[in-house]
Amino acid sequence: MPSQQSLLLSEHYGKPDFAKLEGYKKHGGYAVLAKALKMEPKAIIDEVKSSGLRGRGGAGFPTGMKWSFLPANGEPRYLLCNADEGEPGTFKDRLMMERAPHQLIEGMIISAFAIGCKKSYIYIRGEYDFAKEVVAGAIVEAYKAGLLGKNILGSGFDHDMDVYSGAGAYICGEETGMISSLEGLKGQPKLKPPFPAVQGYLRKPTIVNNVETLAAVKYIIRDGAPAYKKYGTEKSPGTKLFSVSGNVVKPGNYEVVLGMPLKDLIFDLCGGLKPGRKLKAVIPGGSSAPVLTAEEAMKATMDYECLAQMGSMLGSGAIIVIDDSNSMVDLLQVIMHFYHHESCGQCTPCREGTGWLSKILHDIASGHAEVKDIDLVKKISEQMMGKTICALSDAAAMAAISFVTKFRSEFEQHLQAGKRTLGSSAHA
Amino acid sequence: MFKLSKESEDFVKKELSRYEAKYSAIIPSLFRVQKDHGWVPPEAVSVLAKLMEIPEAHINEVLYFYTMFNKRPVGKIHAQVCCNISCAMNGGRELADALCKSFNVQDGVMSADGKITVSRVECLGSCDTAPMMQVNDRYIENLTPELAVRKLKEMGA
Repeated sequence: MPSQQSLLLSEHYGKPDFAKLEGYKKHGGYAVLAKALKMEPKAIIDEVKSSGLRGRGGAGFPTGMKWSFLPANGEPRYLLCNADEGEPGTFKDRLMMERAPHQLIEGMIISAFAIGCKKSYIYIRGEYDFAKEVVAGAIVEAYKAGLLGKNILGSGFDHDMDVYSGAGAYICGEETGMISSLEGLKGQPKLKPPFPAVQGYLRKPTIVNNVETLAAVKYIIRDGAPAYKKYGTEKSPGTKLFSVSGNVVKPGNYEVVLGMPLKDLIFDLCGGLKPGRKLKAVIPGGSSAPVLTAEEAMKATMDYECLAQMGSMLGSGAIIVIDDSNSMVDLLQVIMHFYHHESCGQCTPCREGTGWLSKILHDIASGHAEVKDIDLVKKISEQMMGKTICALSDAAAMAAISFVTKFRSEFEQHLQAGKRTLGSSAHA
Repeated sequence: MFKLSKESEDFVKKELSRYEAKYSAIIPSLFRVQKDHGWVPPEAVSVLAKLMEIPEAHINEVLYFYTMFNKRPVGKIHAQVCCNISCAMNGGRELADALCKSFNVQDGVMSADGKITVSRVECLGSCDTAPMMQVNDRYIENLTPELAVRKLKEMGA
């Protein structure tokens, strides 16, 4: 299926002028906004609902349904674009903001019109300096062209948009953590309910959607839900940007239809593995997604249902391909160091659990542990699940359980071989 | 004594009315201080607290929560090497070690001459170009230790 790529979102990534308003307009830019502004807002929501679009940031929640949780009154509401891309292995939103910022802005204005929102923010992770610059420049262009501000394209609809920079915290990619951060607080997640759609930013109704999700709205309105649903599978319609990294010959961003066999993605599009190497494992949706063995990966299709059935998830679409030159013990050590570093510290099971896991895995990796400590990793992980405000704890726990369960013999052999030299942990 | 430049003071005042909530101005203001000074000195927090009429304790809370704010001085060149999974699989940790050795510094500690700090960091979202590093606000990608040392030296490290 190599020909079936770059269908919608990334079609024009290769064109340098696409990042500027003039170039974007040459390729039909903002024509969909003009169309949308003539529609009934409810008709846009219905179209998005019927397209089956699911959140592309990680949780995969149906977008149209999220929007319909907003109160049906005139209460002011906010739209926040989640561009705090931090899930290890993910780099799709950065590329879109750098190459196609207007595509995101157009999708956002259409979405804002649909939900009756007059103010939106794009919350961009702090490290993405270039993306921030490009997006901020694109917003200025849009204001000058009357695409933002008062009475957009003569429709009577007003909308303001601004960029807000994160300052280095993975947890701000969690929607309520992001809201806290935008409010000028520590980026700690908030208890749900109330859900942001009812009480979010400054306790006002708020919708938080991922960059890729909001850009997809543009194409759903351009082509209509039935046309969008021709891509992908019945239950996972549409295209998806996958960030492929690790041990493949051609890592990068690939936009393909949902439901594509993972095998084809790795071995056709990404050029497979380096000569002489064998596939050992694949993390299919960012480091929070439980790992797949090579055997599972060969059977997987990249859609929400198949990966859920396999006990993993599509997540952010970050595919980390692991060949037989890697030690799974070492990689889990790296992953657990990350979750410990990024735990916001609010909930005890997460704050303490990620710390214990990180320490135990460091001990296992350096050979200062016993085989029974592998069970301890599992036991602690099980105690971390379903007990916290947000999903960070569960993500760390599920990743740990998947590694020590599916690659148990490697962990045992590693310990039985005694002290071994492995790469140091991320911040040894 | 720490003093904000006139331009930075104006910037902070403008940020205070840019967002719906004035606390939202804290992050941009801390970034501004860091841009001017390379890090956020404790005295800067007192100055901001007075100017913004926000409790000092709250500004410190924000300052210490986010990793991008430097709580101690960093070198003119701040090389942040990604050591998360995809970079680790492609030599990111060895790259960080090689830089520390080459510039004779410890992870996260500024060199005696103030020229460079090498820090190991988490995923920077450039996994297809692993291993990579962020030098000040630029990404430098597809590195080898030799290439990275050469680039940093060219930049004056």
